[in-house]
Order: sequence, then C-alpha cells, then structure tokens
Amino acid sequence: MGAVFRRETLAYFTSSIGYIFLAAFYGFSAFSFTSTSLRYNTTTMDAMFQQLMIVLIVLIPILTMRTMSEEKKNKTDQCLLTAPVGLGGIVVGKFLAAMLIYALGVAITVVYAVVVSAFAAPDWNVIVGNIVGLLLLGAAFIAVGIFCSSLTENQVVSAVISFIALIALYMLTTIGDVIPSDFIEDLMPDLGPVWRTVITEAVLAAVLAACFFLFGKRAGVLIVGFILMLVMGLFAAKGELVPEILSKLSFWERYNGFTYGLFDLSNALFFISAVAVFLFLTVRVLEKRRWA
Amino acid sequence: MIEVQNLSKHYGDKRAVDNISFKAEDGEILGFLGPNGAGKSTTMNILTGYISCTSGKALIDGIDILEEPIKAKAKIGYLPELPPLYLDMTVKEYLNFIYDLKKCKLPRNTHLKDICSLVKIDHVYKRLIKNLSKGYKQRVGLAQALVGNPNVLILDEPTVGLDPKQIIEIRTLIKKLGRNHTVILSSHILSEVQAVCDKIVVINEGRIVADDTEDNLSRKLSSDHRLTVRIEGEQSEVLRMIESIRDVEKTDIGARHDEDVIEYRIEAKEGSDIRRELFKKCAESGFIILEMKSSELTLEDIFLRLTMGDGLEDNGGED
Repeated sequence: MGAVFRRETLAYFTSSIGYIFLAAFYGFSAFSFTSTSLRYNTTTMDAMFQQLMIVLIVLIPILTMRTMSEEKKNKTDQCLLTAPVGLGGIVVGKFLAAMLIYALGVAITVVYAVVVSAFAAPDWNVIVGNIVGLLLLGAAFIAVGIFCSSLTENQVVSAVISFIALIALYMLTTIGDVIPSDFIEDLMPDLGPVWRTVITEAVLAAVLAACFFLFGKRAGVLIVGFILMLVMGLFAAKGELVPEILSKLSFWERYNGFTYGLFDLSNALFFISAVAVFLFLTVRVLEKRRWA
Repeated sequence: MIEVQNLSKHYGDKRAVDNISFKAEDGEILGFLGPNGAGKSTTMNILTGYISCTSGKALIDGIDILEEPIKAKAKIGYLPELPPLYLDMTVKEYLNFIYDLKKCKLPRNTHLKDICSLVKIDHVYKRLIKNLSKGYKQRVGLAQALVGNPNVLILDEPTVGLDPKQIIEIRTLIKKLGRNHTVILSSHILSEVQAVCDKIVVINEGRIVADDTEDNLSRKLSSDHRLTVRIEGEQSEVLRMIESIRDVEKTDIGARHDEDVIEYRIEAKEGSDIRRELFKKCAESGFIILEMKSSELTLEDIFLRLTMGDGLEDNGGED
C-alpha cells in the first residue's frame, strides 16, 4: 500500500495532472470565494462551498481517470497484481494518493477563511464543518472515479463515465421528484398493494425469462432483470417511497447539511460508506477480470 | 520448484490452455516452446497469479497460487511479455518502487546495485525509462523480476526485440541464474530453448505436445536427414550421384551460385544419416563439397514430427 501510494503521488506530479487539478481547483475556488464572500462583504462561506461541489464534479474525474485504466493499458497492472500485495492494498494506496492531492486543493479554503477573518471574526465552527464536509464529499467522489476508471482501459472513457456518474449522484433528488411514483398504481387503481405487486412481479418475471432464453442465457440479463424487479416491486407496493429513497442517497442533500454548518453524523457516515462501497466494488472488478 | 497439475483455462468457448501438467525442479531451467497463441503467456500468467485458471492447480514451492496468493507471489519474479514499466519514472525510482512493492528485506542499496550490474543497466540508472531503447527496457524488466531474489523466475520471451549481442548476454545471464533459481522461460525459437534450457516443454494450441529433457528431444528432433549441400560439379552428374545414395528420397535444386556451383536440398529417410556416404561419393567422383549443413527445423516441422512422428506416442498431446 505504501509503495503504491508513493508512486501514485509522484505520478500526479510527473504527469502534470496533479498541477492541472490543483491550478483549476485553486482558480475556481478563488473565483467563487471572491464572487460570494468578498463581493457581498459577508463572513459566511457556504455559498462558495456549495459551488465547489459543482467544481468537484468536473475536476474529480480528471484526477481519477488514469488511476486504474492506465495500468491496464500499459500492462503495468501485471507488475502490481503479481506482486505479493493484496488488491485492497493497491486500491486503497491509489485512493489515498488521490486523496492527498485533493486535500492539498481543499487546503486553500483555509487561506480564504483567514482572509475573511481579517475583516471580521467568522464562525469557525461552521467553516471547519464545511471543510470536513468537502473532504468527505471529495473522498466519495474519488472512490466513484476510481471505480469508473477500473471499468475501462481508456482514460477518456473513464473520465466520461465518472462524469456521468457524479452528475447522476448529484441529481438524484431531482430525478426522484421527476419520476411519477404512482404510475403502477394508476394502471391498476382498484387493486390493493399486495395484488398490484404480485401482478407486476409476475409480468416482469415472464419478460425476464423470455429475454434470458432469447438472448443466449447471459448472467447480465438476470442481474439487470432482478434489479428491475426489485425497483418495480417497490413502485408497485409503495410508490411514494421511491423519491424518498433517492433523496436519501443524493450526494447533494447529504453535502448541503454540511454547508449550513450542521455536522450530522449520519451524513458523515454516508460518505464514508460510499467510499467503502466503491473501493470494494473496484477490488471486485479487478478480481473479476482475473476470472474472465 | 514449480508444479502444474491438469491446468486448464477457458476464455468463453475457447480453450487457451487445455489440461496441461509439468514440473520444474529447483535449479532447473525449463523451456516453454510454442508458436504464437499456443498458450504460453496464458500459462505463465496463471502461474504468477495474474489471471486464474478454470481448473487444475499451480504450485510454487508447494504453495498453491490460488489458495495463498500473497505467500506464493513472494517467491516469484515475473517478466511478462511486455515489461511492466512505468515510463514516467527513472530506472532508480522504478526499482525502488518495486523493492517497496515486494516488501523486500534485503539491504536496499547493495541489492539494487547488484541487480543493476548483473543485467548491466548501471549506466542508465538515473535515466527516464521512456527514453531507453527496447533492449534496455527489456533489461529493466528483467531487473524488476530479480528484485527480492525470488526462488522462481518466470520469463516470458525474455530475448524478444534484442539485438544478437544482447540475446547472447541475456542467455548467459539466464543460465547463470538457473544455477540457484528455478527458471521457466518461454520462446518460439527452438535454438534458443535448446541453448539455455535443461528441460523443454513443447506446447501447441493449449496442449502439451512433448515434455522431455533437451537431449532426448533434440535427438528426436534431429534434422540430419535433411541436408543443404553446396557442391561444385556438373549438375546432372551430381544429381545422378546423389540419387544413387541409399535412403535419399528427394532432391531439390536450390540457388545457383556459379556456373557449376549449385545448392542441393536433399531429403533422406527419417532417422538416417547420409552425410558420410555423400562425402565419400563426392570424393570418388571428384565433386567438391563447398558447404554442408542440416536444414533448420521450423516450429511447424517440430509439431508435425512430435504429433505424427514415430516412437513419440507416449509423449503425445492427447493425454
């Protein structure tokens, strides 16, 4: 883990991605800071921290796009995977290296806080909460980015996938609001939730079975089918739950709490578990590749 | 020691490696011979734990690579087909990285220095890997495999892309390493494997075609019945003379070097040796032999002979 961490950190600065990331992060955050706190003569910095989330959606994919994909492409993963280290150590080493660069970027917000404090005493508790929130959000984004990078050998594809994934995570609340949660209820208005669910699942199971046998018995069809059955079952049983669940999973909702100065342990744990889940998935992808 | 038992690897419907077994003892150099796509690299990737096998077992010093991967990998130095080099690092940074990655316990500076002088990369030690030539990259790859002084070395086509002088150097080096390591090396060049290895395993289309010591195999693979001879003398008379030799089956005329200097390709019965008789007959008739050599066996010939040749059924690839 230590070796991978050191190499990755070094690579960020030999390949110039580290410099680009830091320069862009410093530039955007400085603009955001000037155009909110300084312009409106206020010591609150939450507007800047809210805007930084958008900046991260663009910048984190750039930071993580090469982590796994480049190794695969240059076949240097042969050296990592045949060395006496676990896959977990490799992935965590890479994560920590990206995290270090990211933390170097976030450190600039401390400078802004000091600038603000020259004019009037800011609320330090809120600012610390903001910075912790930003670090946690970034950690989750980096984990998502590393996972996306493990899916492909192409850096550009990797960046685009993580870009899409991060935007989707950002927009989960909106997606939940837009989806008509009661469309199955409207189809079968006279039946109770139990019968509605049974009928929906039966129809889906039949379609799934047909697809499975028509498209040559692929495991992927089964997996997608089961996920679909789960989601549609939820819609059929209790449609109004869906937007609620989506907003619980929304990174934006979770992060917003921090920008108001609320340190909610459940929000912190949410981001930490997101990191754990996506790093675990990355390990599984690498593992699966060996068995392909 | 490396032991492979009934190893198979399927990619979907394709069988890349099909039920192969072999064994390399300590201090033995085992040559893995086969054409491109025979399954050499796949086997080596399985042995080193880079990919997993569909069925079967691979043991490194008695440790199963699938069951205790970290323990087994610590005993292996692997040079893949394409050396796994980080081009943006210097040789020094790279070898230090590998040293840390392998959690090597040997004294860092002396160990790395020893390896560098062994593969002769001392003078490029501080250069960026991307600026090195193919031969040097290959050597850095080899150095990487040697870090930590592993018991087992697995080298996938170690001489590919090198110039003749480098090839000889690397072969000598491998021979030297073979004294106190178990080495598996793959190649598609018969002469290379014969020059370096104690034992040869021939593989084709994922199956073992022959597994034998080099002496036995080269006797079976001897090509002394196929000669290329350059003789000075009138063509029709020389031809008549050659055909009068017992066991000669076929004579072709090759390049014409001079008015009366012609190259003949002679094929005799398998296992026969007509060189002495040819020499005597030429001397009697006053023809002059300017050159005589056995025709090189191509890989195709080897597979033909090993799969269809006589007396080799017990080593055949069907088991």
